[in-house]
Amino acid sequence: MIEAHNIFKSFGDKLILNDISVKFQKGKTNLIIGQSGSGKTVLMKCLVGLFEIDKGSIFYNNRNFSRMSFKQKKEIRKEIGMLFQGGALFDYMNVEENVGFPLLMFSDMNTQQRKERVDFCLRRVNLEKSNKLMPSELSGGMIKRVAIARAISLNPAYLFCDEPNSGLDPQTSNVIDNLISEITKEFDITTVVNTHDMNSVVEIGDFIAFIYQGQLWWQGDKNQILKTENKEINDFVFASELTRKLK
Amino acid sequence: MKLISILGKYLLLMQQVFVKPDRVKLFFRQIMSEFITLGVDSLGIVLIISVFVGAVVAIQTAYNIDSPLIPLSMVGFTTRQSIILEFSPTIISLVLAGKVGSRIASEIGTMRVTGQIDALEIMGINPANFLMQPKIFAAVIINPVLITLSIGFALFGGWIACIFTGEVTSTDYISGLRSFFDPYTITYSLIKTSVFAFIITTVSGYHGYQTRGGALEVGAASTKAVVYSSILIIIFNLILTQLLLA
Ligand SMILES: Nc1ncnc2c1ncn2[C@@H]1O[C@H](COP(=O)(O)OP(=O)(O)OP(=O)(O)O)[C@@H](O)[C@H]1O
Ligand SMILES: [Mg+2]
Repeated sequence: MIEAHNIFKSFGDKLILNDISVKFQKGKTNLIIGQSGSGKTVLMKCLVGLFEIDKGSIFYNNRNFSRMSFKQKKEIRKEIGMLFQGGALFDYMNVEENVGFPLLMFSDMNTQQRKERVDFCLRRVNLEKSNKLMPSELSGGMIKRVAIARAISLNPAYLFCDEPNSGLDPQTSNVIDNLISEITKEFDITTVVNTHDMNSVVEIGDFIAFIYQGQLWWQGDKNQILKTENKEINDFVFASELTRKLK
Repeated sequence: MKLISILGKYLLLMQQVFVKPDRVKLFFRQIMSEFITLGVDSLGIVLIISVFVGAVVAIQTAYNIDSPLIPLSMVGFTTRQSIILEFSPTIISLVLAGKVGSRIASEIGTMRVTGQIDALEIMGINPANFLMQPKIFAAVIINPVLITLSIGFALFGGWIACIFTGEVTSTDYISGLRSFFDPYTITYSLIKTSVFAFIITTVSGYHGYQTRGGALEVGAASTKAVVYSSILIIIFNLILTQLLLA
């Protein structure tokens, strides 16, 4: 479980996160939604400590992350897997080296065990026979899948995904969404996903936090979001003709 | 004021760089591969420049000696002194600042702007240490080897030039090379080289690491890396010469 208490974050005099408190449960796919530029990526980077928060506190299973020393944070980070908005694969390593890298750094596995684990993770994201390809030779969807495989290689307790399906076709988006949701249940992970894809919201949103003007404007699950009367969320979720018709 | 803040940031970064690596075994493997990218891959350009400049230094010295009182073996002696003391350690280091420095800055800068450095950090790895330490160690070790080779090839270039122009005989040139030799000049030269290697790798690494933005900024960072390491090399050349030779 990840808890954020009263988080504030600003860049210069621009307040991005304004008093955000939210709880993400274990074994659930937790979504953060909001307009482009609303601060989703900033919130996620604050949660994992890539940005320092100005005020507030963050807890990982009741361990106060925001008060930890650099060394303690390093330990927590070994329990975190993260999928970045652009994939962020290491471009001088091939697919299997990318996925095996966290194992090489932090496990005592030998080459054979590593190979097995890498193959398992790649099979889990439906990417066989691509082991030797370099990141520049992959399609957008493949990059995301390799990045997911790398994020889960060390059996993380917490998984963060920043826009896992931006720039993908609806079908591949769906595959990635379901993959994240299945992995979350299968390994009982606390998963946090940033998205502005409404399809993901209604498909996999066990818990949804809507960020609006720097604040946590609404929270609930995928059934509640379809029924809510909240104006801002309806404007956001049902922005297109198609989704309005669906409602 | 800005200078002090840059120096401060540089020192803070170095503090992160010089800690024990997370995986010592991997660290040695990284050094080995940096030997290749920083050292072996620079061999070609270093050797070509050395041979030609050695030849030019020898010819110019020969043409400038027009007094019959000065023996022609002076050409060998002068060529050797200028190559060992200044040309190989300083000029070749400047060339390497261009080649290796821009490479390091753009590599690390690209990793920064594409989020690969964040990815390392999230994994619980110290990115500054992981990315820069192997390069620094490799360059400080391999550059003196490059410079030693450069000295050898420059002197060889001088010899070829003497023979082909017919200005100086092979015997005169070689006896000049051997006269009044002080091994300390080699020590001085290699110490300079190592310091320059440290400057090139850390300054370029710093500029790569501080990159924010996109492809444009990566280009700017790699230019800055070359400019600043070259300037620092020139300044430290003066300081080290004062300290070591005066
Ligand atoms: N490093 C930074 N320095 C200054 N401002 C920043 C920085 N990172 C983000 N911002 C600002 O914070 C705001 C929120 O950005 P953020 O990237 O979190 O948006 P987002 O919700 O993730 O959008 P998207 O859906 O397009 O990814 C933006 O106005 C952006 O300009
Ligand atoms: Mg974002």
